[in-house]
Amino acid sequence: MNTLFADKSASAKLSQWLMSVGLACVAWVIAYSQLETMADTLVDVMGLSRQTHFGEAMHFFLFDTPKVLMLLAGIVFVMGIVQTFFAPERTRALLSGKRVGVGNVLAATLGIVTPFCSCSAVPLFIGFLSAGVPLGVTFSFLISAPMVNEVALVLLFGMFGWKVAGLYLGMGLLVAIVAGFVIGKLRMERHLEDWVRKIQAGQTAALADQAVSWIDRFEAGWTHVKQIVGKVWPYILLGIGLGAAIHGYVPEDFMASFMGKDVWWAVPAAVLLGVPMYSNAAGIIPVVQALLGKGAALGTVLAFMMAVIALSAPEMIILRKVLKPPLIATFAGVVATGILLVGYMFNWLL
Amino acid sequence: MMKNIRVLGTGCANCKNTVALVEQIAREKGAPIALEKVEDLQSIMSYGVMSTPGVVIDGVVVHAGGVPARSKVESWF
Repeated sequence: MNTLFADKSASAKLSQWLMSVGLACVAWVIAYSQLETMADTLVDVMGLSRQTHFGEAMHFFLFDTPKVLMLLAGIVFVMGIVQTFFAPERTRALLSGKRVGVGNVLAATLGIVTPFCSCSAVPLFIGFLSAGVPLGVTFSFLISAPMVNEVALVLLFGMFGWKVAGLYLGMGLLVAIVAGFVIGKLRMERHLEDWVRKIQAGQTAALADQAVSWIDRFEAGWTHVKQIVGKVWPYILLGIGLGAAIHGYVPEDFMASFMGKDVWWAVPAAVLLGVPMYSNAAGIIPVVQALLGKGAALGTVLAFMMAVIALSAPEMIILRKVLKPPLIATFAGVVATGILLVGYMFNWLL
Repeated sequence: MMKNIRVLGTGCANCKNTVALVEQIAREKGAPIALEKVEDLQSIMSYGVMSTPGVVIDGVVVHAGGVPARSKVESWF
């Protein structure tokens, strides 16, 4: 292919992308502003009234489902583009040689924007260590990456507003930073599996630094939407459906008696319950919303959510391949303690 | 010439998709390949790949992190 032809088709493709993205934005904003009206109309058309349990549940479902899906598609697209700027190799380069403290803050923050899948947690972990990223800093990244992700933030924003989403973001980062810092201070390097310690520094593939064009970035964004939304939509439907049922039928303050503010053991119980459970943010948040609406305390519910997402049995099993039991236990213990404190703090503050 | 292709990954969905994509495109292009899946963590790490799935052709890492784009795979054959 000669360059001239390639340039021409590339610029045509780019303007095509810009046009589609622009149009999609306009359509998105218009549709988003009409969601409430649309849900009202649909409930009317079905001959239901919001005064009845079923009508109220239906309205909740018809309003929240498109709202959450639209927010998700929008943010995931943007995040897909942002992530093309933060390949793991780049993040690692930014982190290597950083001192404990500054490094922990940076690692937790980069955890939000670096593409991460729990299946590559281990290669990433070793890749970081072998490049001279301190153990504690690596943990800050490893805790923040799954916990503070765009899906969780979008769902929290969509269902509880920006304050709760912001608090979750802040507290999630705080847990990741402090837990990583503590693990670093405990000097647990000898509890890495032996083969991990043998991996020499600098043993990393020098992937040719390919130039990434804006077409690639848009395509990455779109692929990200297909992957993420394609994967989580059944959970969202299920979650909102369940949420709608609770919303319409479970009596007000039903949860207050055992998930309320004044129940001191509710937070640890929520964390303990959350660890063996494994779900993504999408599956858990709609249920969480419904629980909150019925008087469960926010701190308790957020602690539950963080425990489900950040501390999961499958992840521990994967990590066991590189960490000896004392380090796994420390990791779980430190993170669980952090989540507990967050839970109590929220309950106490709000 | 026969190309020796290894897909590095711990067995997640993306790794399987990558294997399928490489197989499919090699078949379409009629390129002879010997495809191998590498699932053992220590072997994966020996290539220095940090994010899986990764693709190695004749001992050289050509891709890492996510399912490669179709156009990228096509450029390999």
